[in-house]
Amino acid sequence: MNGRTGRTSRVAGPLLIVAASLAGLAAALVIAGYDPALALEALWRGSLGSFDAFASGTLVRATPLILLALGFALALRGGMLNIGAEGQFLAGAIVAAWLGVHLAGWPSLLAIPAMWAVAFAAGLIWVVVPVVLRVRYGVLEVISTLLLNFVAEALVSFMVQGPLQERSGIYPQSDPIAEAARLPLLPGTRLHLGIVLAVLLAAALWFYFSRTLGGFRLLAVGTGPRAAAITGRIDVTRTAALALLVSGGIAGLAGAAEVGGVAYALYPNLSPGYGFTAIAVALLARLHPGAIIVTGVLFGALETGAGAMQRDAGIPAVIVYVVEAVIILALLLADARGRTARSLAGAGAV
Amino acid sequence: MIPPALQLRNIHKRYGSTTALSGAALAAGWGEMHALLGENGAGKSTLLRIAGGLERADQGTIEVGGERAVIRSPRDARRLGIGMVHQHPTSIPSLTVAENIALTAGWHVRPRELQERVLQLSASLGLPIDPDSYAGRLPIALKQRLEILKALAARARILLLDEPTAVLAPLEAEELLRVLADFARAGNAVVIITHKLREALGSAARVTVLRHGAVTLDGLTDSESPDSVSRAMLGGAVPSATPAIRGTVRSSEPPAIRLQALDVARDGRYGIALRGAALTVMPGEIVGIAAVEGAGQRELMRAVAGLIEPLRGVLEVRGPVAFVPEDRTTEGLILPLSLAENIVLGMGEEAPGVTGALVSWKAASAATADLIARFGMTAAGPEAQAGTLSGGNQQKLVLARALARDPKVIVAENPTRGLDVSAAAEVHRRLRKAAAGGAAILFHSSDLDELLAISDRLVVASGGTLREPDRRDRELVGRMMIGA
Amino acid sequence: MTDGIELLAGFLAAAVRVATPLLLAATGETLAERSGVINLGIEGSMLAGALAAAIGSSAGGPWSGLAAALIAGAALAAVFALVSVHARADQIIAGTAITLGAVGLTGAVYRSYYGTAGAGLSIPTLAPVEVPLLAEIPLLGAALFAQPVTTYFAVALVPVTWWFLFRTRAGLALRAVGESAEGARAAGVRVRAARTLAVVAGGALAGLAGATLVLAQVGTFSERMTAGRGFIAIAIVVLGRWHPGGVLAAALIFGAATALQFVFQASGTAVPYQLFLMLPYVLALLGLAGAVGRVRAPRDLGRPEGTS
Repeated sequence: MNGRTGRTSRVAGPLLIVAASLAGLAAALVIAGYDPALALEALWRGSLGSFDAFASGTLVRATPLILLALGFALALRGGMLNIGAEGQFLAGAIVAAWLGVHLAGWPSLLAIPAMWAVAFAAGLIWVVVPVVLRVRYGVLEVISTLLLNFVAEALVSFMVQGPLQERSGIYPQSDPIAEAARLPLLPGTRLHLGIVLAVLLAAALWFYFSRTLGGFRLLAVGTGPRAAAITGRIDVTRTAALALLVSGGIAGLAGAAEVGGVAYALYPNLSPGYGFTAIAVALLARLHPGAIIVTGVLFGALETGAGAMQRDAGIPAVIVYVVEAVIILALLLADARGRTARSLAGAGAV
Repeated sequence: MIPPALQLRNIHKRYGSTTALSGAALAAGWGEMHALLGENGAGKSTLLRIAGGLERADQGTIEVGGERAVIRSPRDARRLGIGMVHQHPTSIPSLTVAENIALTAGWHVRPRELQERVLQLSASLGLPIDPDSYAGRLPIALKQRLEILKALAARARILLLDEPTAVLAPLEAEELLRVLADFARAGNAVVIITHKLREALGSAARVTVLRHGAVTLDGLTDSESPDSVSRAMLGGAVPSATPAIRGTVRSSEPPAIRLQALDVARDGRYGIALRGAALTVMPGEIVGIAAVEGAGQRELMRAVAGLIEPLRGVLEVRGPVAFVPEDRTTEGLILPLSLAENIVLGMGEEAPGVTGALVSWKAASAATADLIARFGMTAAGPEAQAGTLSGGNQQKLVLARALARDPKVIVAENPTRGLDVSAAAEVHRRLRKAAAGGAAILFHSSDLDELLAISDRLVVASGGTLREPDRRDRELVGRMMIGA
Repeated sequence: MTDGIELLAGFLAAAVRVATPLLLAATGETLAERSGVINLGIEGSMLAGALAAAIGSSAGGPWSGLAAALIAGAALAAVFALVSVHARADQIIAGTAITLGAVGLTGAVYRSYYGTAGAGLSIPTLAPVEVPLLAEIPLLGAALFAQPVTTYFAVALVPVTWWFLFRTRAGLALRAVGESAEGARAAGVRVRAARTLAVVAGGALAGLAGATLVLAQVGTFSERMTAGRGFIAIAIVVLGRWHPGGVLAAALIFGAATALQFVFQASGTAVPYQLFLMLPYVLALLGLAGAVGRVRAPRDLGRPEGTS
């Protein structure tokens, strides 16, 4: 997997896939006996139909998706599949919540970066074990990051019923974080500073990918590790490991943004599968940071709208995962055909 | 008239816009060995792959034993009694010899019985082998033996071999040809592809020559001469041996490469590949390494190139090394990336367009376009994917990248592999030019004749040791290669 | 004294019971991975199998549930095979997508079928079947020979799988595909067909594993009830060195680790239960790291055909 596409338009393909997936959703709804028009109308209204829906719903939902997708894209560019973003997200959230609760007297200008810094570190640490397992024992980072997702979930559960539980001890959640630690909102909406972080990070990664030697070398490591190693100037293992570590840190940042901008506390089910949706976001954008903002908003809209769809049309919101899965599979099929065509083009005679 | 064992008629095959075969034909008879000759790129492999079921012809017919046959897969070929032995072993390295044979021949998997059966087969053919050793760990000559055993276990009566002697030392090659001749004499048919004239004329009864996908000669070897065959292969006057440019060696300067008592471990496996090696290469000198696969030349060259840390000993290399790896598609280039990107990849901080940590792709592109022109590559442009280039052009790209900054030391692994005569000649020209400019060149080729023609000096790597022959004698070097 | 023995017996029985779905899924995944395909979608297959078993059993009894589970698990694996084996796309991403889709699909179907009330405990389940005589053995009898049929099936599958992989031509061909697809093809093996069959079989077994969860363990269905068991099965395959016997041993160890939870709960210690929730996953990680010697996977595992 790399960030290159064939000659076919980079925009038309993904758009087509999304359109087809929505059409498929409509068809499935009809079969299941629901009213597709009502459903799609609710989907639209709840996500893009009004400024409030857009700002307070879609964009807020898009923030963690964009951040996680950026992290996933960074790792994948170096050939590393980080399926553990969920766990790294939660690790960041735990630490951010813990710190946030204790930052009562601080100025926001210090509190927020502090939370982000520790969350980044926590996310990074959460991926250290898989990195070590991969480098020293050859264990596929896929399995180790996956398993750590579940450990993180259990850890959250433990924290909110134990060390981090609210003072009143009634509900399994932490105390609310201090005012200073809460991210500023766009007045009149629930859109928080996290979106700015996401956009800035996207810009930074775009610059890194397209204008720096390091960013290019990461691509080389991901697409041709043997050739990259032979140049004698690239340490393949270190490059890939670093990308994976930073990707974990970014996932942790996403957790901090969610705690500081939306949840204001730690509780179970903080992430309804953001880590996996982010994979779709990144793939649909062909790992391009700028496009990730667009696809992130798209999926934010899908998931926010699905919530409205459930409230107003009675359709289980969880069906949106099927749409996401179909999108990923369709992308894989489209990409794979491209790859076969390329290899045929390169075949010599004799 | 007994119909031939295998007859291919009027075979046409195109790959996209390239024509591999146009009206090629071959008739191999029972009881004889048939040589299929031609330069790299002439179509020999393709023709045989079609007979072996790995490719399908666009046009043409195949007859086996006089009857029309449709061969769509290796299975079909096997059913018709056709066994193919490829240039690169297709055995599965992590399975044992016995398992590989059982797999191909469809034998039952009962360990003790299987072992017996394999031992019996190998004894009957005079090709001893250990059934329980892992195919991946066999030396190259035995790997090939396994290939043949596989085909014969599957009841092949028509054996097709693609450049079987390319990876063998001269004596091993002779022995293989003897075994094949015996097999043919016993009433079977053997077709061997080779680009080595001497071999073909010496061992085969019939010879067919391909050039640019068409047959230029087809007859009994007794009635042909090396000249007539050569002309058929190269289409015109036989080129005189390219004179070695002597006098580029700068003996007054300090040596560019110096090794003393060098030990290097195997690349990617356990064990020592090179022991106590000593070598000196002066600026302007071309030193060729003669060796069979796995003799330690790979580790030697990669240690000099700085890719492997030697275990002990002295290794001094003056100046950065330009390294041309053996496998250009997986080690030299990243095929999905563009030409410009591959240039930047190989040249790193010194690449065009690179300033410090930043890259200007516009500048890199322009410089790449310049390189394309200078080296005469056929490519759509600097943004074209490396994978769309032909083998020859890919090699040109790898070389262009290596030579672009006038390196002082060049290490090349089989730089002319898979190239046709003109492309290979150009590689030689460039290397000579670099040597004339003062570069020290250390290179390996599996073609002994190429080594003898191009190198100022020759060394032989054999079983982990490095020795220099006292004279440039083909026989002597051949014997040294297998440690005799 | 008898209290202690009863506790131990209960622990052993629980260990075997918990290990069963893991063993089934891991055995199936062993086949798939031996053919060179890593199928992260078995978590989805397991979940789909669980729901199919619940619905099937409600409609036609436990055996209908088992059949439905096999079909559901195999169907999802077939989609995965289409994308990863035939289209040769990235196996990891494809498998993750399948699991993601399965979560959505099962969630949606579950809610629309059972409504807000949920499945409840009204599903006909599989009762344990006592093996005559052997079930009388003290301690071991209750643990090993008084289990539901699915457990007996899972254990019986182990020697069958071993024999298939190492004593038949088809098994050799399968292993060859996993070690080197190219080499296998040159030897005349139909690589795609082999991989597809292995993957679909693995999916069917994963579906059966899900059915075991519902029909022989919990007795009902809830969303996301598999809780990563499919992924643990993948770790078990690694720990078992892709060998049916090793997989059996690893699955039992995991069953024991999880069953420890019940022992501690029963004995009333104040250890937080989440620690036990984490235990299987941490154990898997430790096992993967500490696996004695360099663990050697099938050479071509995870590589789509035609790549290197």
